[in-house]
Amino acid sequence: MKHEKTKHEFRANTLPALVTVGPVTIIMVLLIAVPLIYVAVMSFCSIDEFYNVTFDFTLENYVRLANVDYLKIYAQSIVIALVTTVICILVGYPFSYIIARTKSKKKKILYMLVIIPFWTNSLIRIYGWRTFLGSSGWLNSLLAGIGIAKEPIEFLYKQGTTILGMVYCLIPFMILPLYTAIEKLDSSLLEASSDLGARPVSTFLEVILPLTSSGIFSGSLMVFIPCLGYFFVSDILGGGNSDVIGNLIERQFQSGNNWPLGAALSIILIVVTLILVKIYQKLGGDMDSLGV
Amino acid sequence: MKREKKAKRIKRLSIVFCTLVYVFLFLPISVIVVNSFNATTTKPYMSWKGFTFDWYIKLWDNTSLLEALGNTMIIAIVSTVLATIIGTLGAIGMYRYKFKGKGLIDGLLYIPVVIPEIVLGISLLTIFAKVNIPRGMLTLILAHVTFCIPFVIFNVRARLAGYDNSIEEASMDLGANRIVTFFEVTLPVLAPGILGGALLAFTLSIDDVIISYFVYGQTKTYPLKVMESVKSGVSPDVNALSTLILVGTILFVVLTQGDLFKKKSS
Repeated sequence: MKHEKTKHEFRANTLPALVTVGPVTIIMVLLIAVPLIYVAVMSFCSIDEFYNVTFDFTLENYVRLANVDYLKIYAQSIVIALVTTVICILVGYPFSYIIARTKSKKKKILYMLVIIPFWTNSLIRIYGWRTFLGSSGWLNSLLAGIGIAKEPIEFLYKQGTTILGMVYCLIPFMILPLYTAIEKLDSSLLEASSDLGARPVSTFLEVILPLTSSGIFSGSLMVFIPCLGYFFVSDILGGGNSDVIGNLIERQFQSGNNWPLGAALSIILIVVTLILVKIYQKLGGDMDSLGV
Repeated sequence: MKREKKAKRIKRLSIVFCTLVYVFLFLPISVIVVNSFNATTTKPYMSWKGFTFDWYIKLWDNTSLLEALGNTMIIAIVSTVLATIIGTLGAIGMYRYKFKGKGLIDGLLYIPVVIPEIVLGISLLTIFAKVNIPRGMLTLILAHVTFCIPFVIFNVRARLAGYDNSIEEASMDLGANRIVTFFEVTLPVLAPGILGGALLAFTLSIDDVIISYFVYGQTKTYPLKVMESVKSGVSPDVNALSTLILVGTILFVVLTQGDLFKKKSS
């Protein structure tokens, strides 16, 4: 009897649970958890004279992280990511507000027009900016053509150009959650606020902003964190003083060939991500809304 | 009167503002499209030398570029199918069954969504090197499946939130077995979430540069091919191909979502 029962239990619960959750568990454990743990282990390893990773415990990689040149780049990364996030909010908020509150039938088209540019590969689009802004680029030809600039102006290789590229790549991640949050706003609340005598500014600060803050929080998280890693943007548009942490990591895994040092640099990004996610959750952010 | 004037001014201002944002969003795309007709033949292919269709013809001789595009499509299709199947099953299982370690898997799912892609890329690179899996098509597909699964799961889960279990019970009471119930009842209800997740997975896969950059070996994808030519100058045939892809996707959307552009849509 007991055997029968466990057999039934197996067929009714254990088997379907295994079939459904098994594959995703295997992938998440083997290709997310194990690799990240391995990176953490590697950050304490050394390399031999042939750049092979050897499993001699060392703290040297972490000591090297405190190097002055690196500290400058961390600070610079954070400045670039912060400025990018602020610009994305300042541009993305009013923009999302206007298109989400449009009563026109064109609303869906306006929304699609935000997404369409992102069907072209991001590298090519960033390269498009380079073609536009370069010293022999289109903007300079235009400026020379109408006689404004006699000498070509160098727009590239500046921190500002990197920020422009970052904003360009990441602004949809701000606009889309904001659009969703603003679209959910109940118009009657806004009317009630103004009927009760609130001026537009206080309606915005006391009604609209609190109700749409979830969009700002998730948008900021999805803009700020990738900024720290987008090495190709500063590679293509930026110059010497616009590297982000991603550039440092990329170099150690490609040309530099010091994987343990690269692993230790990655740990910085992991820690920053964990801290920001914790803050996001403290602010009442919903993790599920990040991926949809 | 004064109020009306003010409202009009605000409206005009917001139209100007939105137009500027759209110009910003479409500016590099227009550069790409225009440059695909550029007659220049000298690197870095930036200055305008007249109009030509040549690049659209030369494109078909650029076998390595076409091969890279083929790789991108194979990887995107295979990864999307795998991620969609694994993700859908996973979402259903996690919604329905209680088991040990569920919280852990849940936590792991958020990692690919929030962590910088470069960290995911190098962690996969190190583990593939450690267990001696040669880098190539297989590692690219494994990597893409991994970062696509969570997006499928979150989309299906959003759909499951409003799911009524009793319709499955009804189906079983009426004599359908578990498999039939799954295909005839569960799947159709979840279909919009599954489709949304699959579409997102496909988009993420074809656009991925950073993760692929660390695991590609000899198998180059289209974005990696572009990355390679960025230093010396992206040649206009790449622009021509990008233009064709863009036109293709817009046509696809207009045809499948046609009602979006009809005047009557609400």
